[in-house]
Amino acid sequence: MYTNYEPGDRTAPIEERQGSIVVKGKGRTKVSCGNDSLAGAVSQRACVYCGARVVLNPVTDAVHLVHGPIGCATYTWDIRGSLSSGSDMYRNSFSTDMREKDVIFGGETKLAECIDEVVTRHRPSAVFVYSTCVVGVIGDDIVAVCREASSRHGIDIIPVESTGFISGNKIVGYRAAAEALLRLIRPKEGEEVERTNKVNFLGEYNLGGEKWIVEKYLREIGVEINVAFTGDSSVEALKRAPGAKLNLVQCTGSMHWLAAQMEKEFGTPLLDVNFFGSENIADSLRRIAAFYGDPEIARKAEALIERETARLMPHIERYREKLQGKRAAIYVGGAFKAMAIVRQLKELGVEVVVAGTQTGRPEEYEALSGLLDEGTVIVDDTNPAEIERFLLEKKIDVMAGGVKERVLAYKLGIGFIDHNHDRKDALAGYEGALRFAREVYVTTCSPVWMYLREAKPSRELV
Amino acid sequence: MIDCEPSRAKQVNENQCHMCMPLGAVIALKGIEGMMVLVHGSQGCSTYMRLANVEHFNEPVDIASSSLNEKQTVYGGEANLHKAMDNVIRVYRPDVLGVVTTCLAETIGDDVRGMVKKYLVNRPGLKVDVVAVSTPSYAGGHAEGYWAACRALLQYYAVPADKHDGINIIVPNISPADLREIKRILALMGVRYVLLPDFSLTLDRPYGGRYQKIPPGGTSTTNLALMGGARATIQFGLTCPEELSPGHFLEKEHGVPLINLPLPIGLVNTDRFIQAIQELIGGHIPEQLELERGWLLDAMADSHKFNAEGRPAVYGEPELVLALTSMCAENGSPPLVIATGSQVDVLRGLVGPLLKSAEQTPVLIGDADFAAIDNACARTKVNVALGHSGGKFLTEKRGIPVIRVGYPINDRMGGQRVMSVGYTGSLALLDRYTNTLLESKYNTYRQKKKEELYSMEG
Repeated sequence: MYTNYEPGDRTAPIEERQGSIVVKGKGRTKVSCGNDSLAGAVSQRACVYCGARVVLNPVTDAVHLVHGPIGCATYTWDIRGSLSSGSDMYRNSFSTDMREKDVIFGGETKLAECIDEVVTRHRPSAVFVYSTCVVGVIGDDIVAVCREASSRHGIDIIPVESTGFISGNKIVGYRAAAEALLRLIRPKEGEEVERTNKVNFLGEYNLGGEKWIVEKYLREIGVEINVAFTGDSSVEALKRAPGAKLNLVQCTGSMHWLAAQMEKEFGTPLLDVNFFGSENIADSLRRIAAFYGDPEIARKAEALIERETARLMPHIERYREKLQGKRAAIYVGGAFKAMAIVRQLKELGVEVVVAGTQTGRPEEYEALSGLLDEGTVIVDDTNPAEIERFLLEKKIDVMAGGVKERVLAYKLGIGFIDHNHDRKDALAGYEGALRFAREVYVTTCSPVWMYLREAKPSRELV
Repeated sequence: MIDCEPSRAKQVNENQCHMCMPLGAVIALKGIEGMMVLVHGSQGCSTYMRLANVEHFNEPVDIASSSLNEKQTVYGGEANLHKAMDNVIRVYRPDVLGVVTTCLAETIGDDVRGMVKKYLVNRPGLKVDVVAVSTPSYAGGHAEGYWAACRALLQYYAVPADKHDGINIIVPNISPADLREIKRILALMGVRYVLLPDFSLTLDRPYGGRYQKIPPGGTSTTNLALMGGARATIQFGLTCPEELSPGHFLEKEHGVPLINLPLPIGLVNTDRFIQAIQELIGGHIPEQLELERGWLLDAMADSHKFNAEGRPAVYGEPELVLALTSMCAENGSPPLVIATGSQVDVLRGLVGPLLKSAEQTPVLIGDADFAAIDNACARTKVNVALGHSGGKFLTEKRGIPVIRVGYPINDRMGGQRVMSVGYTGSLALLDRYTNTLLESKYNTYRQKKKEELYSMEG
């Protein structure tokens, strides 16, 4: 169902990248994915440490301590738009700030001292200790240091093995974070976790308050959230997770492994959900209701869907008229996000002609391409040179992606939708869907593009 | 008298005031014509540096990576580095390739210079200059990385050149708008000069309907070569350690006299710059600059009483902090807290004389983090701060407004357009300073006065 990418038509600038770029069509080649980034290809990907940090960072009352030289901590300080209803501890950035002598003689002593300091000074409910590239090379035993510190202080001090250079980058970091979470929530000997009728909400980071929006819906239909992983969560609440009746999994890339593990260890079943876009929301609510098998929950869910859809649709229609036939490109971190955006753009009459992710897996690309029309370019781990080419050749009107893609789109006079993990506005739920629609309209149909287009053909500006 | 806070009594760095060494190097390298930068390390480093630069400059900033993984970490990164160089050269076709190291590459002991040499030997006829800079993150912050790159460029390009009349201008990490203002002043004065580095166009592109992988602009390598024969070097690098100082290198290796000056922010510092140029080239100060100086003086008079209400903190890169201290002091608003993520040994001696008549003993913090800055601000009752976006927590937590200047500015628009140098830039900054104080005052003073005085009566 795919062909190799043969644009109109230059070859890809780097031969080895060819397999990662395909066009949905008649051929049979699958997009090559899950490989290490090619040296010198200017990948948009981050690292293992980053993957772990973005998953765990929203745990609000924990201290997040980065064991490494200063940069790793600086670049991820307050990196997320996750909101908190309680503690703000997570917005601080702690680093052991390794110096030359720590690298030469080992950083374990400094790490232990830093843990003692933050625990004494801030009395956090737990400490996550992240390892970085250098720590992986010099071989500091962060597991042992954490174990000893844990028994010294009587709180959870959890090592996160997120050494940056491990192959597989962000995904390996998601896994490291999941292992750390599992270590945190697994009941210790003699501990009992109360069984409840509530759900855990995995892969929900409360960006711009998104968890609160979904929580409001679920409450309305009679379902309570036990704890979200990890949006607006506290250590105490996370520890109640094994008692939940069901795990809802939203961001599959970061949380699917953990959900499967919880099913094995605690017998918690899991259900994939997605609260982005009206179709997904309705579908998710219905599936949750079906799981409970309670007619009252199902009735309330239908009432909510009907009421909110009726309220949303006239707006969507209005934007759809303006956006009909516009062409979009998507390049985001994970496939979950890409699929949600494809559905929403289609709802708005926008045609998706380029779609890609940093970390998609083969089965995820399969699912993603199921949503896409023939001729759509599908790309894994792309780079600025390729993005530029797609945006121009495919005559894109609007792109969805992260910060680095934004400036590139604007440079070409193309609209842009931020779907980054540092965004400040909620895009989940019906109110989020409306905000998304408005954002697509505002950027795609902005008057500024008209003036920018008039500036063409460009003069070489020196 | 200055209170020197012991650089963090504690071990942990809580909320960072500086970024990593290779990042600074990348910014400096981006100011060279035909340059592409390659970071030798794991994939994340280059992505973070791109992100930091994109958010500050609001421009695409391409930085390649050698994308090291476990295997190279164990066996060495040479093959990956060579492959990365191949790919970058194929796609970007740079005239110059800057290769900067990361803590990972340095820790595994990769000999980058040797690897580069081998690469070039194996590819005879390849027309690209490769400048390698050693920037292990644990050896300094981004300010140090910036200087190290400037120095490495000169080590590579500056040759024993014929003596000429031109002047070298070497600048620290300032904004593209600042660079343009310095160039405008030099043009007004009719100076022939080479500016190192010059990212005024490469990191701040006018809209042109296209994206250039290597944006036009920057210091040309031909001009870099001329720097060894210049009449003198003016370097805004009083705080730059000697072993990293590009100006010092030119003086030692090529006999170019070094005039080390503070950044031309504020009246006194700008005067020193203009005067230094004039002493070098003779002639009159252009009328336009006299006018601009007059406007700045006029504004200083108009706003001096308001400024006296200011109790500022200044933080960021040492060179900027020094200049801001000077400007605040000359406006009757001496800083109470002066902080930098770098070391302060040199800075201490420089800010002391500027603050000797301050009513309150200022606090100097070296190797600073924001936990230390925040504490010091609370203790000294700071009411306004000047520095980069890291200070946003001073506002959130303590209501202290932060005037954004320096690097990085990632929570406001236009980091690349913040202009603070010369008489004109200083005036713009001074107005922002005064108006921030006025806004704070007028927003609350009716209510405050009522609470303070009226309710007391009852």
